[in-house]
Amino acid sequence: MADLEIKDLTVQVEDKVILKGANLAINKGEIHALMGPNGSGKSTLANVLMGNPFYQVVKGEVLYKGEDLLAMSPDERARKGLFIAFQYPVSIPGVTMSSFLRTAVSARRGYEKELIPVGEFQKLLKNKMAELKIEPAIVTRYVNEGFSGGEKKRAEILQMAMLEPEIAIMDETDSGLDIDSVKVVSDGINRMYEHSDRRMGILVITHYSRILHFIQPSYVHVMFDGRFVVSGGPELAEELEQTGYEGIKSQFEVIAAEVASEGAVRRAGKVFWVVH
Amino acid sequence: MATTNPLGINVEKYKYGFFEPEKYVFKARRGLNAAVVNEISHMKSEPDWMRAFRLHAYEHYTQRPMPKWGADLGTIDFDNIFYYIKPTEKRADSWDDLPPEIKRTYDRLGIPEAERKFLAGVGAQYESESVYHNLKDEWEKLGVIFLDTDSALKQHPDIVREYFGTVVPPEDNKLAALNSAVWSGGSFVYIPAGVRVDIPLQAYFRINAQNAGQFERTLIICEPGSYVHYVEGCTAPIYTSDSLHSAVVEIIVKEGARCRYTTIQNWSTNVYNLVTKRAVAYRDATMEWIDGNLGSKLTMKYPSVYMVEPGAKAEILSVAFAGKGQHQDPGGKVIHAAPHTQSVVVSKSISKDGGRAGYRGLVKIYDGAKGSRSAVRCDALILDDRSRSDTYPTMEIDEEDVSITHEATVSKVSDEQLFYLMSRGVKEDEAMNMIVRGFVEPIVKELPLEYAVELNRLIALEMEGSVG
Repeated sequence: MADLEIKDLTVQVEDKVILKGANLAINKGEIHALMGPNGSGKSTLANVLMGNPFYQVVKGEVLYKGEDLLAMSPDERARKGLFIAFQYPVSIPGVTMSSFLRTAVSARRGYEKELIPVGEFQKLLKNKMAELKIEPAIVTRYVNEGFSGGEKKRAEILQMAMLEPEIAIMDETDSGLDIDSVKVVSDGINRMYEHSDRRMGILVITHYSRILHFIQPSYVHVMFDGRFVVSGGPELAEELEQTGYEGIKSQFEVIAAEVASEGAVRRAGKVFWVVH
Repeated sequence: MATTNPLGINVEKYKYGFFEPEKYVFKARRGLNAAVVNEISHMKSEPDWMRAFRLHAYEHYTQRPMPKWGADLGTIDFDNIFYYIKPTEKRADSWDDLPPEIKRTYDRLGIPEAERKFLAGVGAQYESESVYHNLKDEWEKLGVIFLDTDSALKQHPDIVREYFGTVVPPEDNKLAALNSAVWSGGSFVYIPAGVRVDIPLQAYFRINAQNAGQFERTLIICEPGSYVHYVEGCTAPIYTSDSLHSAVVEIIVKEGARCRYTTIQNWSTNVYNLVTKRAVAYRDATMEWIDGNLGSKLTMKYPSVYMVEPGAKAEILSVAFAGKGQHQDPGGKVIHAAPHTQSVVVSKSISKDGGRAGYRGLVKIYDGAKGSRSAVRCDALILDDRSRSDTYPTMEIDEEDVSITHEATVSKVSDEQLFYLMSRGVKEDEAMNMIVRGFVEPIVKELPLEYAVELNRLIALEMEGSVG
């Protein structure tokens, strides 16, 4: 059984069905990329995995290390090592990054009544900020308050580094970043991956293949309209870069029709495609 | 001799009136009449002008109707209140002199700890009279006076008489009249010209006996170019019947001086807290009120600043937290009566469990107060559907050459914010706490550290059990 196993996940917001039976398995140590056009359900998947109450799961299940993830509260999921770097992190006025980080790290490390000792925390924070090339002044500011787009993304990565998750989901962490920032953020993620002795599982959700030049995924998945439609290796991302989603979509429709009549697995051109 | 005092009250008229010397008791009886007022003054061996002041105020109190606006004051049983209780025979000058019971009370409030940290003079009000007052030697050498107001009346009668009742006259409102008639204790602070008191002066106030009305009277005088930060912390234990706290605070900030007055109050939830706080700021002077209101059944308190000469500045920051059965009606008044005066008002209110909190304020700019600026911001945070927030901003602007801004927000704790914090492993109740603490942070960061810690702790206590 995979460490994170998503089975037939169907999700709606109010009356609109957004995920229409998604299936995916991620193991620790694996880097997956999830691509797809706007509105295909990528962010919904990320939010549902973290337990955002805005979304209602109507069908399916998610097992995290064999446990029923959907039965856990968001904080419980986080304490058990799941992490999401949000696409649009909200601001928390009046709460400094450093007090927030200290509370979060304490929770993740199982401190119940008290917080992680301040000296130990400061040392950890200092090291992580240096590794990620983050301006120390950011931790004296209020959480995401008045942050630029790039600062928000870097702050998410800092949180990820501090919490040392087992499985991390990066929800369009690259969008809105210039190429230098994408490189810095990617270097940070790669370093965390190495730092975990390649034991961290990562799901990189992205609209563009740009970030995948810096973070090398072993698996690439494409979503259309609430379903995983194709999965493959890194070359699938390249293919997408060439043809665009429209190109994939037209090929997918042809293959889907063939699969419907012939069977589950197809090879199309250079790309090995699995139809879910 | 002296037939009038600076307030224009006829001293002779009251000299022998209503005087019943044989009826002294250790504990004044419930309810109020002129005889009780006389007794209070007699027991304190006050000069004639003060007794006349009290009786004059009492007369006004009897004639003045109860305010009809704002919250309902009709439920206060004024006949069931002790208007004066003397807790100990004499005032203590050092910690060791305090009776053990009072020490225990203060131990829980953390006063000895404050002493150990070399904080400023501690003045603590136990029931109606100050029992413990201390002032650091070096300030005494500079001419700083920090006493309970009763002692100040004895030791510095001329200064007290010059200023007492000049900022908040007894005729100001019914509760100011009541306080003027029966006042006891409170702090008297005098800062000579050019003297800066860098460590905050602190006083703790408590109501301790059931039905003990607490009518302290505080008077602060900042001579030109001086600076002081006065801190008042109030806590009160739980009682079974209603208590009344009705204080008057008068502050005079002279040319170029700056005064900051910080209050953290946490009255038990049956206390009616009706306080008149007012300051006059002269040329280039700055007056800052910082006001944290937790607890009490009802709080009506509108610290005000009258900017009467050019360049005067006012800042009023307040936090109010209303839980079950509580009504917090705080606010502020800034009166621009001279050109180039500036005011900033920031109000933060939180309501939960059916509580009601808000802001009631006045910005008044007189004709001729050219180049004046005022900025008002009030934010309300409502934690559940049963609670409510009211904002009553009033503006009376009679001058065109001014800059006025007013911003008001009402918000709920957003699910997105809760989810965000929880997605980092923070439990829901702690996440809620963080958001509320963040909401009041702009005010808390203005407090001395130990009060900031206390306020955060009080808010955490209020928040307990708010996640169902």
